[in-house]
Amino acid sequence: MAEINTAKLRGSNRQAGRKHGGSVVIFLFLALLGLFMFLPIYLTVIMSIKPVEELFVFPPKLYAVRPTLDNFRDMFRVLHQNRVPFSRYVFNSIFVTVTVTVLQCVFSSMAAFVLAKCKFPGSKFINGVIVVALLYQSSVIYIMQYIVMAKLHMIDTYMALIFPAIASPMGLFLMRQSISQVPDSMIEAAKVDGAGLFRICWQIVIPNQKPALMTLIIFAFQGAWNIQTGSVVFREQYKTLPTVVTQAASSGLARAGVAMAAAVFLLIPPIVIFMLAQRQVIETMAHSGIKE
Amino acid sequence: MAVDAKEKKVSRKGALWRDIKRNKACYGMLAPFMIFFILFTAVPVLMSLPMGFTDFDMARPPRFVGLSNFTTLFFSDKIFMRSIRVTIVFALLTGPVSYVLCFLLAWLINEMHPKLKTFFTLIFYAPSMANVYTVWKLIFSGDMNGYLNSFLIDLGIINAPVQWLTDGRYVLGVTIVVQLWISLGAGFLALRAGFQNIDRSMYEAGAIEGIRTRWQELIYIVIPSMGPQLMFAAVMQIVSSFTAGTVAQNLVGFPSTDYKAHTIMTHAFDYGWQRFEMGYASAICMILFVAMFLLNKLISKVLGKYMD
Repeated sequence: MAEINTAKLRGSNRQAGRKHGGSVVIFLFLALLGLFMFLPIYLTVIMSIKPVEELFVFPPKLYAVRPTLDNFRDMFRVLHQNRVPFSRYVFNSIFVTVTVTVLQCVFSSMAAFVLAKCKFPGSKFINGVIVVALLYQSSVIYIMQYIVMAKLHMIDTYMALIFPAIASPMGLFLMRQSISQVPDSMIEAAKVDGAGLFRICWQIVIPNQKPALMTLIIFAFQGAWNIQTGSVVFREQYKTLPTVVTQAASSGLARAGVAMAAAVFLLIPPIVIFMLAQRQVIETMAHSGIKE
Repeated sequence: MAVDAKEKKVSRKGALWRDIKRNKACYGMLAPFMIFFILFTAVPVLMSLPMGFTDFDMARPPRFVGLSNFTTLFFSDKIFMRSIRVTIVFALLTGPVSYVLCFLLAWLINEMHPKLKTFFTLIFYAPSMANVYTVWKLIFSGDMNGYLNSFLIDLGIINAPVQWLTDGRYVLGVTIVVQLWISLGAGFLALRAGFQNIDRSMYEAGAIEGIRTRWQELIYIVIPSMGPQLMFAAVMQIVSSFTAGTVAQNLVGFPSTDYKAHTIMTHAFDYGWQRFEMGYASAICMILFVAMFLLNKLISKVLGKYMD
């Protein structure tokens, strides 16, 4: 590790010693707490592969004696009974999730850059509004959103699923906080070199914001993937996977096992994205940070 | 200089207009986000604001009633008063603990080998990805089949199953535990990202300047360079601990035994979506919003010194 070497060269190997000292204790602490934290997810997975007669035995076991994929099979059987082919729901979910994630990341990044690094009439006001929007939770806001969408003739279309999810105040706030750490001198230098704001944003600032951007991707994907059609879409062919899978788990087969299978099934894509994005976050450190 | 003289002549309105025109690239880049934000967040919020002053049952048009919703809330709604107490207890117990936990874990994970970082981050973040209330109900289930009950009976700590989800003595505690379990969410990940963003040369410089321990490193290098992320995590924490309600509703039922886990949001849900008294529910939400807003101002001030 280059870092340790330089520290040693400078005659201060405290850094190197400090890095390793106590690591085992930290590891054990994290591992124990992690075990505890992971318990519900572990149980969910175990329950999803338990045959029905094992679900309610005493004492409850932390493993499946005869693991089975019956719960998953049941879930898919119910799903295949719908009028619309299963692949249509898969397409809907992928389409909605990808569109929301991409647009949210692109729009939030640009807006966050401007709000963090430019002073213009109204910038202070908008910055304030974003935080207020984060705090404001109203039970009638969904009705109002519905009214807006109805006025714009978006009900019962993909737009009703995608549009409200794009401008997330949380995503913008996250990016803005992170971009505010970019040294002004870097932006000034780029301006002197004749780069416009748009180029500065996409070629200089955002490539340096990998950790925050990857985190935003995780949030955006997770939020978008879980979009349920609720009361804004009625036509079967526009429904998303979470909507129909939750239906399959709750109606008809009132069994904990199928609900668990549904939960596990829905959890797979966000976890895959999470792993991919987190690896990117960690690689940032391995290569280099922002240099002034 | 010539420009200066000219600028003085034009009215202040003109100057503002020129300022706006000079920054048109800013507005252009802000526009895509703002269009969606205004349509689907700002307009609905503004439309919902006056609802707190009306009597609105969603069937008939809203009727203006002045401050009567608020006077009812504060002077005759005993359950609302109780929900304030539950919310404060709940927020005080979950908010700070979870905030410290988010930071501590993000920091400790940061000290691990890169290969282990992804793994541990996933483990701690996973509970907030999966909203699996079914499994919580099974863990805290009141019969002998509940994991916790069977575990405690095995150990001989209790000899009869405890009604974790319905006994008034436990419902708030159980809700708090589950909330803490799933609370390593947005704030935790943002802090993890913040740690990755700290320039490595900072640590090297710190080592040269005589930083000896992990704690010194934390206080002199890490915390000062994480101001924005700490602020983000604080805001997310305020929101999640004060607006909590779904956990309780899904776990200990609705309403919970003796309203023991009845938060302000649960109260709003009760009036809004059970009794369809939207005006009253909006008034509840408005009070909660004002409280969170003030708290946020206070915390920004405290964290403000790290925020340059």
